[in-house]
Amino acid sequence: MTVLFVLITVSAFVAAIFLGAFIWSVKTGQFDDSYTPSVRALFDDAKPVEKKPKQDNSSKNENE
Amino acid sequence: MAKKNQKCIHCGEDCGKYPIIWDDKPFCCNGCKMVYQMLNEKQMYTYYEMDKNPGVRVDEHEFGSKFAYLDDEEIISKLLEFKDGDYSKVTLYVPAIHCTSCIWLLEHLNTLHPGITHSMVNFIKKEVSITFKESDISLRKIVELLASIHYTPTITLDDMDEKSKKKEDRQLLFKLGVAGFAFGNIMMWSLPDYFAGDQGIDPALQSFLNFLNLVVAIPVLVYSARDYLLSAFKNLRHGVLNTDFPISLGIIALFSQSAFEILSGTGTGYMDSFSGFIFFLLIGKWYQNKTYQALTFDRDYKSYFPIAITKIVDGEEKVTQIKNLVEGDRILVRHHELIPVDATLVKGIANVDYSFVTGESRPLNKLVGEDIYAGGKQMGAAIELKVNKTVDQSSLTKLWNQSEGGIVPKNTLNNMVDRISKWFTIVVLSIAVTTMLVWFIIDAPRAISIFTAVLIVACPCALALSIPFSYGNMMRIFGKMGFYIKNTQVIENISKVDTIVFDKTGTITQNNSVNVDYEGDKELDREELSFVMSVARQSTHPLSTALYQHLQNLESHYVTDFKEVTAKGIQGKINNCLIKLGNAEFIGVDDKTDNAVFSRVYVSFDDQYRGYFSFESRYREGLGDLITQLRKTYEVHLISGDNDADRNKLKAWFVDDSYMHFNQTPADKLEYIRKLQEQGRNIIMIGDGLNDAGALSQSNVGMTIADDIYNFSPACDGILESREFSRLSLFFKLSKSAIKTVKISFLISLVYNIIGLSFAVNGFLTPIVAAILMPISSVTVVVFVTISTNLAALLSSKKK
Repeated sequence: MTVLFVLITVSAFVAAIFLGAFIWSVKTGQFDDSYTPSVRALFDDAKPVEKKPKQDNSSKNENE
Repeated sequence: MAKKNQKCIHCGEDCGKYPIIWDDKPFCCNGCKMVYQMLNEKQMYTYYEMDKNPGVRVDEHEFGSKFAYLDDEEIISKLLEFKDGDYSKVTLYVPAIHCTSCIWLLEHLNTLHPGITHSMVNFIKKEVSITFKESDISLRKIVELLASIHYTPTITLDDMDEKSKKKEDRQLLFKLGVAGFAFGNIMMWSLPDYFAGDQGIDPALQSFLNFLNLVVAIPVLVYSARDYLLSAFKNLRHGVLNTDFPISLGIIALFSQSAFEILSGTGTGYMDSFSGFIFFLLIGKWYQNKTYQALTFDRDYKSYFPIAITKIVDGEEKVTQIKNLVEGDRILVRHHELIPVDATLVKGIANVDYSFVTGESRPLNKLVGEDIYAGGKQMGAAIELKVNKTVDQSSLTKLWNQSEGGIVPKNTLNNMVDRISKWFTIVVLSIAVTTMLVWFIIDAPRAISIFTAVLIVACPCALALSIPFSYGNMMRIFGKMGFYIKNTQVIENISKVDTIVFDKTGTITQNNSVNVDYEGDKELDREELSFVMSVARQSTHPLSTALYQHLQNLESHYVTDFKEVTAKGIQGKINNCLIKLGNAEFIGVDDKTDNAVFSRVYVSFDDQYRGYFSFESRYREGLGDLITQLRKTYEVHLISGDNDADRNKLKAWFVDDSYMHFNQTPADKLEYIRKLQEQGRNIIMIGDGLNDAGALSQSNVGMTIADDIYNFSPACDGILESREFSRLSLFFKLSKSAIKTVKISFLISLVYNIIGLSFAVNGFLTPIVAAILMPISSVTVVVFVTISTNLAALLSSKKK
């Protein structure tokens, strides 16, 4: 029974940490623009590459 | 039979009959081809895969000294967001941002120039923040780079002011976070009490949980609920009971009753309802606070003016800030540039377009020695002016300030929800007091807790949520339909309107579209028309541009000996044939028709008069039907700064002569609105230009129409996209239905209140009952309100 006291206290602290994280993210402006990051996530990473001539893919192992 | 024209690979516009081909791809103009080549060179192909046709049409201009003012140290320091040793950061407003490819391109500016280290786009605000190395690239070059790929930033005098960042939005998020954290945890800690059953719980555990509830609820009261409490208190001191009063009453009753029970060990309290209540209220507030960040409804003259102009000092051109201009300075105003101050013409011939300021659709010609007022745009060759008044003293600024001062404040506390709240508070308090007195007699100790129970359950929660969600939802629906309003209060104001006043130029007429008709003994054949077009193309006079646009699909010919005689006409030679376009005098024709009414361009080939083109402004599509429909429910007026040439044509729609007025100055317009208001009418003014600014603020609701909503428009309550103009009556209807929805939702919340009160008055209000009632009533109201506003929008737009 007494373990409940410990568990509840610990969970309260963990929740408080999350609240702190939320406050920090708002402070650093991560919630100022809620639209653009969603678009940014869809961009391709790599640097712009030169157009490669059509390759014969048989030599490449693309499975993984 | 018509072969479908190709679409430009870059911007998607129609390439017309003669697309420019490069690399086997069609382009509509040299500009688009140029940008494509540039991107090709830097190998940024991905731009074209992102979206079908992301580019925006490019103008073929050279920048010259257009951005020269960006070399000025003072201007740079005001515009930069920060400067940290090597690196500087600037945030520019780029209204051309319109799709994901724009974001991609602008965030890869570093591949276009290595001096730019990082750039980030805020799509909603249409801003790009660029971090760059001062030593590698200057601010001016950055702006020129952006302009060359046609993402020209708009930099106005407004940007020179210190901008205060919007911190208030963040405050709401913090409060929401704290309330949400408390709500979730307290609910969890209250579960044992709900499910305790007959056995009960270990009292030590229960008091531990109670203690936690209390501790976590304190920041909610002190921080998250602060705004409501302060507002109620402030209003109370002025003797006003607004909607925050019953809310605060509920908050305080909940907290104090619960705190008392917990501290004295007599119960578990209602902290779950308390934190839930505040959490839902804040969600409602957040939902209601939607703003359109890329649009501004509160612009003043500074957003209209450029920062700098060319000053002539000792025969040399020097770029100066307009705020530094003093009486006697000489300035140079080029084609399409704004005249920022009241001045006298010293050199050149002025052809000034005041359509935005006074509503006159035709440019004014001024000669050397004549005075020219601020606010107009020079259309034609560059002119030199002598400054008469500083920017602050000029007529334009005065006009603006005049329209702002002495106006009836629009946001009075007298809106519907405040009125109902007053009634609500009084009724609830009387029930509470009566019940308490009755219980004193029956069973004294319980009297006080019953008193607070009544206050707790008489939840203005549903009341407080129905407005934010219904107006907030309606505002979003409007936004999707092209009607952007400043805040939710505007919806209520629109529903109360009984009179509509329209401006003419630019509001009911289309801005860049004219009807061009040709009158002559013999029609001009295709080749002759193409000659006319080629000559007209050489001039920048609005009539020439209109003529060119009308004929632009024809072949272009090479023109020699082009000559423009300002205010008279233009001429040019094509294949040894002399083509002259101009007014009657220029062509040598004697025409007694009143030229002030319709603009006419006479044509002659080899000095032989052939006929004339007449230009008539085109009215917006669906205008007739719209006015006829509106007249059924509203009184419809027309005030125009333009002449009354079209009076008869407009009478067909507006019908009542006494409601149509022409040649009105901006001050006349404001006065007209004021007079109507004195008669007790509730007015919505629909305009588009600076000349409407006064009338727009004076009216109960001011709406502007814009072809490009990101362009400057005067201070107003709402912006309507011009393509949605014919749906104006629909927006009025929907505002009214939003009000109806709110009224019905009040009834729903009333039902819940009655149920809840019956529990409370009888002393049966346990924490569970309270905890169940409130979320259910809130959810019902929110769901109902959302569904019915969406339904109303769906049904009325289907009817069209």
